[in-house]
Amino acid sequence: MSEFFAMGGYAWYVWGSYGVTLALLAAEMLLLRRRSRRNETAS
Amino acid sequence: MTARSIHWFWYASPQTFYPLAGGIARWCGIAAALLAAAGLWVGFFVAPTDAQQGEAYRIIFIHVPAAWMSMFLYVVMAGWAAIGLAFNTRLSGMLASAIAPTGALFTFIALWTGSLWGKPTWGTYWVWDARLTSELILLFLYFGFMALQAAIDDPRRADRAGAVLALVGVVNIPIIYFSVQWWNTLHQGASVSLKSAPSMAASMFTGMILMALAFWMYSIAVALARLRCIIKERGE
Repeated sequence: MSEFFAMGGYAWYVWGSYGVTLALLAAEMLLLRRRSRRNETAS
Repeated sequence: MTARSIHWFWYASPQTFYPLAGGIARWCGIAAALLAAAGLWVGFFVAPTDAQQGEAYRIIFIHVPAAWMSMFLYVVMAGWAAIGLAFNTRLSGMLASAIAPTGALFTFIALWTGSLWGKPTWGTYWVWDARLTSELILLFLYFGFMALQAAIDDPRRADRAGAVLALVGVVNIPIIYFSVQWWNTLHQGASVSLKSAPSMAASMFTGMILMALAFWMYSIAVALARLRCIIKERGE
């Protein structure tokens, strides 16, 4: 298991890529959900 | 016209497209989650370790699909902007505005993951090479489009101004795509093309295609969800 997360010594590069991508996509979905909720309560 | 004919322009109206966009967004979102799960499984557990790059190459499963989406979304955005400019259809301009932030996001992801891939393979996070520089210009084009639209109060005028900017910027897309052929760059050439078999293991290729489809579905879902917000906010 720890071998998997070590990524053969490339952990920072691989998980840095996947982590930031996941965080950005999650943030986009969260912001959109908030925006549509706000629109619904406003009207 | 027979009763069975398709009403092509029925959904060109924001009010009629609004519920349909919600349905498409939901299904594309589900498809994106399933495809991403399959793609990540293949990418991390099926695809073998690369002989030269070790595990670092696994960045490919997001880097290449994100870079494809960054260019593809720009062309789609400019296409809708052009239709809006030519036919003065309201929904087209809204679609262009709905796509822009997601396009910018994938451009940033392509640059970020490329940077993290460049360090272990090239020995540097960034180099002012043709492919990297033209992709950075793409990010600024998305930002310019969004900033210009945000700066104009009247949405119809904002759509038209943005459309002109988006259309001028299209010239950058072939520059990005062919940059690795036109100039000497550090970036490698295309690994996948329509003319030849992919120059990589079949499982690596499968993982990449699954992730590309997942990003595609994600983009449709998010852009349509944003379109619904824009329709509501413009009081249609």
